[in-house]
Amino acid sequence: MEKKNIKLKEVINRRTLVTIFVALALVYLVGIFLWGIFMDPSAYAVHYENKFISPCAEHPFGTDFMGRDMFARSIKGLSNSLIVGVLAAVVSSIVALILGIASAVFGGWVDRFVNWCVDLCMGLPHIVLLILISFMVGKGTKGVTIAVALTHWPALTRIVRAEVMQVRSSQYVQAAYKMGRSRLQVAVTHIIPHVLPAYLIGLILLFPHAIMHEASITFLGFGLPAEMPAIGVILSEAMKHITTGKWWLAVYPGLMLLVAVILFDVIGENLKKLWNPDSGNE
Amino acid sequence: MKRKNILFELLRMIFLLIAVSLVAFILITKAPIDPLVSYIGTNSTLSQEAKEEIADYWGLNDPLPQRFATWAKNALHGDLGTSITYKRPVSQIIAERFSYSIWLMLLAWLFSGVLGFIIGILCGLYQGSVFDRLVKLFCLALKSAPTFWLGLLVVTLFSVQLGWFPIGMAAPMGKLASEVTLGDRIYHLVLPVLTLTLVSISEVVLYTRQKLVEIMHSDFILYARTRGENRRQLVVRHVLRNIALPAITVQFSSFSELFGGMALAENVFAYPGIGTATTAAALNADVPLLLGIAIFSALFVFTGNLIANLLYGIFDPRMREARR
Repeated sequence: MEKKNIKLKEVINRRTLVTIFVALALVYLVGIFLWGIFMDPSAYAVHYENKFISPCAEHPFGTDFMGRDMFARSIKGLSNSLIVGVLAAVVSSIVALILGIASAVFGGWVDRFVNWCVDLCMGLPHIVLLILISFMVGKGTKGVTIAVALTHWPALTRIVRAEVMQVRSSQYVQAAYKMGRSRLQVAVTHIIPHVLPAYLIGLILLFPHAIMHEASITFLGFGLPAEMPAIGVILSEAMKHITTGKWWLAVYPGLMLLVAVILFDVIGENLKKLWNPDSGNE
Repeated sequence: MKRKNILFELLRMIFLLIAVSLVAFILITKAPIDPLVSYIGTNSTLSQEAKEEIADYWGLNDPLPQRFATWAKNALHGDLGTSITYKRPVSQIIAERFSYSIWLMLLAWLFSGVLGFIIGILCGLYQGSVFDRLVKLFCLALKSAPTFWLGLLVVTLFSVQLGWFPIGMAAPMGKLASEVTLGDRIYHLVLPVLTLTLVSISEVVLYTRQKLVEIMHSDFILYARTRGENRRQLVVRHVLRNIALPAITVQFSSFSELFGGMALAENVFAYPGIGTATTAAALNADVPLLLGIAIFSALFVFTGNLIANLLYGIFDPRMREARR
């Protein structure tokens, strides 16, 4: 019996544990995403006869001032937020990848210019920049998506740049050049495999930021339109009813957002540990 | 040498500020809203000629560089234009609104800095204890929580359920501005400050904790231990001075997040500061005010970064030596 226990511990090392954990988190997020996409709009339809029902078995998150089921609306809203967040994060990360690599490979004035752009983008408070861009595009879904997509690249650009710089000056890359490898060969065989993990983890860690900023901007009224179920919209509506004690309107949808954000964070941080050979097999 | 460095830093920041204002200017003028319409309203009876005349007078038909030059020239003279929403000079509104926001931000900044630092140190010292784990979990959750949601929770708990504090605003409703006492102001500030403190504290706690753990594993601490120093002496003599500076620097360079948190918290509490003015300006297409606030917020962030950079240069002996 005891022998078996030890074996179990040996089998389930950090790598397996993290993989299981990450898989579960992914299943949850993808589940909500798909559930929201394929949800029948009648699930959160208006039913004036059941206004403001507090959470019960039939409506786990209660209903709002139009009698809409908050659970269905939260799922659909989170799904919408995920779409915007993922889209924006992917665009941002591609911008970061291009700028970061260009900055490290070309150096000189390109490097200085990219750094200057990063400083410029970080010079305004993020929320002000988001509002300005969304304002320029004309608010709405398009506004928030473009705003979030255009403002999340600076941090990742710095990471990619640092990674490329590091691998570029390393001994084995120098050796490869001396042995007559072309720039392209070095890029494909050495630089990309080195930068890719950092980039992918950076991308995953961008999701929570993007989703949170989307919700914030929507909450302030510059994002997704009021008729669309979105966490930001739900919470800004909840604000109007909070004084009369309708706490469930704010608590549960926010909690859903919080859990999604934490899960993305957890996935990113754990993958970071997995990819790092030092801590991967602990 | 040192003075030259500060000068260089200042120049770089001024240059950046000009670029930021240019970007903000372009973003706002490219918006698909007509400043004329947002000024006179959509159902005005003004004739087309009169509209043309106003547009001409405002210089709306001039090329963009010229418009920016005009705006920048006036801005340098302290004239940021007149707000459409409030019908008053923009500089006046920003000054008045900021006098409210500054207290909110300053208090939250101080509380989160001091409390976060102390909690972070305690966590790091008792690493792995129940206290440490709880705080760490709490901080990770806080870090991921949306500011406005936290604000709503705070309102629900403290003003709706418990009824301890007012729901929003900066003064009791229906009271004349001249009758508002300091007590009223403080009473109304408690919840926004609490929200903003909660939002900013997790970063400080986690950072301080991380640093402390790192330092406790370093060789000079091991050496100090072998000399027989106890935990208290270790912390006071070696750890604090090594953590305090980076922590303060991080706190100063967090002005950007502080501003964002402030904007969201103010909107939840309907607190009449810069944050609510920003949303009002953008929702009403109030171009002069929005532009003014954008520049002001950039200036605010720059100040924080500048202080952080200078502090690093002044207090870190290695940086000081390198410059000589």
